[in-house]
Amino acid sequence: MSGGPQLVVVDYDAGNLMSVRRACREVGVEAEISADPARIRAAARIIFPGVGAAGSAMRSLTASGVGPALVDAFHAGTPILGICLGLQISLEHSEENDTRTLGLLPGEVRRFQLDDPALKVPHMGWNAVRVVRPHPVLADIAETDEFYFVHAYRPVPAQRRHVLAESVYEGAFCSALGSANYVATQFHPEKSGRVGLRLLARFAEWDGRA
Amino acid sequence: MLSKRVIACLDVRDGHLAKSVKFVDTRNIGDPVAKAREYYDDGLDELVFYDITASSEARKIILDVVEAVAEQVFIPLSVGGGVRSVADATDLRLAGAEKINVNSAAVRRPALIAECAEAIGGQNVVLSMDIRRAPPTEALPSGYEIVIDGGRKPMRIDALAWACEGERLGAGELVVNAIDADGTRQGYELPLTRLLSEAVRIPVIASGGAGAPAHLYDVLTAGKADAALVASMVHYGDHTVSGLKRYLHERGVKVRMSW
Repeated sequence: MSGGPQLVVVDYDAGNLMSVRRACREVGVEAEISADPARIRAAARIIFPGVGAAGSAMRSLTASGVGPALVDAFHAGTPILGICLGLQISLEHSEENDTRTLGLLPGEVRRFQLDDPALKVPHMGWNAVRVVRPHPVLADIAETDEFYFVHAYRPVPAQRRHVLAESVYEGAFCSALGSANYVATQFHPEKSGRVGLRLLARFAEWDGRA
Repeated sequence: MLSKRVIACLDVRDGHLAKSVKFVDTRNIGDPVAKAREYYDDGLDELVFYDITASSEARKIILDVVEAVAEQVFIPLSVGGGVRSVADATDLRLAGAEKINVNSAAVRRPALIAECAEAIGGQNVVLSMDIRRAPPTEALPSGYEIVIDGGRKPMRIDALAWACEGERLGAGELVVNAIDADGTRQGYELPLTRLLSEAVRIPVIASGGAGAPAHLYDVLTAGKADAALVASMVHYGDHTVSGLKRYLHERGVKVRMSW
C-alpha cells in the first residue's frame, strides 16, 4: 500500500461526506475525500457512502470512472464499507429509477411495500439491528443498540449467506450485508451516536477477512 | 420497529440560545454548542437548530454554530430559519446539517420544496409549519391556519391542505408547530397533530407546548406523532432527555434506551 491513502471516502456527489469524515476523525482516522479513480484504487481502505437516488448516483459513478475503480478495489481485496445508498449500489439492480448497479454482490433493491397504512415511508429514525451472521465490523452491536436509518428502498441479497444483520419494519429486512472484503450497512453509523462510532472504529482496523 | 424520537429544538439568535413564549419575548439562555453536547451525551435522538437571527448579515453565525456542533455530536442535525433557496440549504448541509427545514419561504413559493428535494434528497427536506387555530370556514375547513414570518402573518391557507401539498412536492418530514400551544407548557395540540399525521405518509414531528413528560406520551400515542420536539422543558433543567425517555419507555412507548 506504499504511498496510497489510508482511508478514502468516495466522493460521487451523493450526500453528506463531511459527516462521515468527521465521524472517522472522532475515532482517530483521517479520511481523504476523493473522486479520483487512481486514489480509490490505491487506498488501504474505502468508505462508500451516499444518500440520494440510485439513478443519478450510478450516472455519476460511471461518468467519473469511480464505479470501475470501486469494482477493481473490491476484487483486489481492499476492505470496503458501504453506507446506505453505497450499500444499495453494490447490488446488481435497484427498483429506484430502474437502475443497473455495480453488482459487487448478487441481489437487488426494492421499495418498501407496507400493508400497514400507519407506517411511514421513508423508514426514518432509530431501529434495532440484529446480527444474524457474526462479523468483525459488527462485533460490538448489542441487542438493545439502535442505529439511524433514512431510506425508502431495502436491499434483498440473492444469497442468504450475504445477510449479516436484519431489522424489522413490518417484516424483517436486511440491514447489513457483506462478503469477503466488503461490508455494508443500510443505516448511518456516522449518525448513530457512540454505537455507530464503534462500528467505524472496528472497520478502521478490519483486515478485510470475514 | 422504529423508535419514537425525542428531538430537542435550540432557537439560536446571533449565535446564542434563545427561547420564545408564543413566538415573542425571546430570552438568551446560553451556549447552543454546550447544550447540544449535553443533550447528545444524555441520549437525544436528533437536534434541530432554528435560526431566529433578525439581521441577514448575522446569518453566517448559524453556519459556525452548526459546524461546531457537527464536530462533536453524531446524531442527525436539522437546521431551519430563513432558508429561502437551494443555496441556503446547501450552505447549511456543508456546515454539517443533515436536514433542512423550510417554512415561510416555502409558503410564499412552494416550488422551493421541490427544488430542495431535487438538490439534497426529499428525505432531508423538512417542511416546518407554524399553525394556529381559526374558525372553520370554506377556505379553512380543518380549522387550522398556516401562519408565517415567526407567527406574525396569517395566510388564510388551510394547514391540512398545505401538509398534503408539502408531501406531494417532496418533503420528507413535517414539523407541526402549534402556535397556540408554543411556550405554554400546557401540552401539544393533539387533535392537530393527529389530523396531519393521519393525512400524510411521511413522519410527523409534534412541536409546541411540551411541559411535562405526560405531554410527550400523549402526542406519541393519541397524537400519532413519530417524534416529539422539546425545548423549554429541557433547556431550563426541569427535565432531562434521559428522564423523558425513561418515562416513555416505562409506559410502553418504544424509544432508544441505549446510547
